[in-house]
Amino acid sequence: MKLLEQTALLLRITRSHGIIRRYFVVNGFDGALTMLGLIVGFIFGDPANLPVIINACLGAAIALGVSGVSSAYVSETAERKHELAKLERAMVADLQDSTHGDAARWIPMLVALVNGSAPFIMSLLIISPLWLTDHGLSLPISPLYLSVVIALMLIFSLGVVLGRIADISYIRSGLQTVVVALVTVILIYLFVGG
Amino acid sequence: MVYVKRIVLDVLKPHQPNALEFSRSIAEVGEDYHVRLIVSEMDENTETLLVEVKGSALDFNAILSAINELGGSLHSIDEVEVNSVPE
Repeated sequence: MKLLEQTALLLRITRSHGIIRRYFVVNGFDGALTMLGLIVGFIFGDPANLPVIINACLGAAIALGVSGVSSAYVSETAERKHELAKLERAMVADLQDSTHGDAARWIPMLVALVNGSAPFIMSLLIISPLWLTDHGLSLPISPLYLSVVIALMLIFSLGVVLGRIADISYIRSGLQTVVVALVTVILIYLFVGG
Repeated sequence: MVYVKRIVLDVLKPHQPNALEFSRSIAEVGEDYHVRLIVSEMDENTETLLVEVKGSALDFNAILSAINELGGSLHSIDEVEVNSVPE
């Protein structure tokens, strides 16, 4: 409880809620769209067996996760250090041992964790039908098509989240992100399936 | 035994945490602390406060470390009230 309260305080004083939400949506969208692209590529291309597809998707998911963690950590650390230095100049005091110093150290880690886990979790959810089928579970439809459906649902959900943040029609916002996904599928079909 | 009953402090702090969170954190230092906070000046990054703390036995060092922990810095002790109680 104390840890949650402390995290909430650090988020409040740095006003990082919006940044974390933005990172989650943007990188989650990246992850979902990448997995959709990979799976659609396999559907339109030459047939491959499930372990090959799972390994390709898992490799991309891990790469997206690591990229998300490292890029956000580097950029947020620089940003927080800059903000702390500005505040220390204004206060004419060393704030390293204060809550602001804690925020400069911990917020980049939290942002990096969200930025890396968003695409990784999205990817795992999308490839879960492939993994379940590979482990012997029988699904009512082809696991590749089920993965595409899950990807589209997640992409729609991210659009809904964006719609709620912007206080606009969340159905419309969700459909907009689905349109982006469908355009991606059409492009892949033109390049791979054509 | 001498007990500090009331102090008024001149404090400079960043805008965040806000005045409410700042005074709550000071009040949490003791069991019967009463905190009154007035923002006397404000600029782009900082604000100057007058913080009045009342209690049966104030722990000045604990109050000071609560202020520092939240990024504040003490400029001066403007008023003090102490009581002497026979042991």
